[in-house]
Amino acid sequence: MLPLELHQLSFAAGNAEIIRGISARIEAGPRSIILGPNGAGKSVLMRLCHSLLLPTAGRIVWHGAMNGGKGVDLRRRQAMVFQRPVMLRRSALANVMYGLRLAGKSRNECELRAMDVLEVVGLAQHAQRPARVLSGGEQQRLAIARAWALGPDVLFLDEPTANLDPAATQDIESIINAIHASGTKIIMTTHNLGQARRLGDEILFLSNGRLMEHTPIDRFFREPASAEAATFIKGEIPWQ
Amino acid sequence: MTSLWDAFGAAWQLIAGFDSTLAQIVGLSLQVSLTAVLIATLIGLPLGATVAVERFRGRQTVIVLLNAMMGLPPVVVGLLVYLLLSRAGPLGSLGILFTPTAMVIAQAVLITPIIAALSRQIIEDAWREYDEQLRSLGAHRFNAAMTLIWDTRFSLMTIVLAGFGRAAAEVGAVMIVGGNIDGVTRVMTTTIALETSKGDLPLALGLGIVLILLVVLLNACAGAIREMALRRYG
Repeated sequence: MLPLELHQLSFAAGNAEIIRGISARIEAGPRSIILGPNGAGKSVLMRLCHSLLLPTAGRIVWHGAMNGGKGVDLRRRQAMVFQRPVMLRRSALANVMYGLRLAGKSRNECELRAMDVLEVVGLAQHAQRPARVLSGGEQQRLAIARAWALGPDVLFLDEPTANLDPAATQDIESIINAIHASGTKIIMTTHNLGQARRLGDEILFLSNGRLMEHTPIDRFFREPASAEAATFIKGEIPWQ
Repeated sequence: MTSLWDAFGAAWQLIAGFDSTLAQIVGLSLQVSLTAVLIATLIGLPLGATVAVERFRGRQTVIVLLNAMMGLPPVVVGLLVYLLLSRAGPLGSLGILFTPTAMVIAQAVLITPIIAALSRQIIEDAWREYDEQLRSLGAHRFNAAMTLIWDTRFSLMTIVLAGFGRAAAEVGAVMIVGGNIDGVTRVMTTTIALETSKGDLPLALGLGIVLILLVVLLNACAGAIREMALRRYG
């Protein structure tokens, strides 16, 4: 369904302009990192792309889905992992099966697929435990499993490690790389430069609701094109 | 003082000896109030869930009305149901005034707003938390509402128990539409009111004790369910 094209995309909540005229073309393949300080509009941009929010102006075009792709179909081919995932009050396995069931798959098929992805994220032994009693890191892995189980073409991740310790962060990052290796497009937000370097192939740098640059990762860190990006890179380095 | 203790003693004997009058009255009370709470839940829960997840014109007004109707005075509900069911009323031809059916209707009218308003609050709070996640996973409104009801089931059960407590402890509505007919529409609360004014304290006290035990038991159940749910499901 890629490439994804954004045409003069804007979003305002009341009088506050959060996304200001962003145009971009996101291709299949490279892991795209949406980078920027808090409040830059990263999460909102992602929610617009995932059609959780409707833009106040501009258009979003998924090219691959043009021929006959309807709204539902579009939604089913993408999935999202939230910064603070909501765990349903049921077992880990049932959480993964939930989305699959909504997609209309049979119970058996759902269970097999769900056990497979739980195995991959290392939660198979916790399949029957209630999701809400798992640790923060386990819950985030479960959230990724739940999204990945749907077999999306594109996986959005909104600061998936923001609340996690280094070990849990490492687990999540290797899972994300495995998903990338399996051919799913990764689009992820972060404000962490180290993570952007480790996981990114290209950077979309956002500042104050504008897309300041869209460049391959090496060039971004070597010679940032915008003053904002240069400041952000400098400012972050001491805490990296 | 002695007469009070005597009355307690006699009341206890009625309970311990499964006195048939007392058992019959308690039985009718439970039957009427359980049926009423079942009907009120079948109407109130979907109503609350719908108002929680749908956005429509006049929604805020509906919420204010539902909340206000939680405080409906039972005697007024009784009066309105009486007018509806009385011979000259619009539903008079059914001939159900002064029957347990009329009492079920009155109690259901009384507690449906309670169940609707409180479940609306609980489901809407959960909806705020779940909204984006459920939409992302591909849930439409109906799936989402069902998921929310299932995920808040323990809180909702507490509401249903509260509704039952309110129904079982209410006097005014059942007194008016039931008529307090001996052996037919006499429930715990109406009997207590009648027997007290007649001076038959043992039966009144016996029923009072059963009623209080019932309310305590319900609250204990509600508490235990919440505890268990928190421990098991987080």
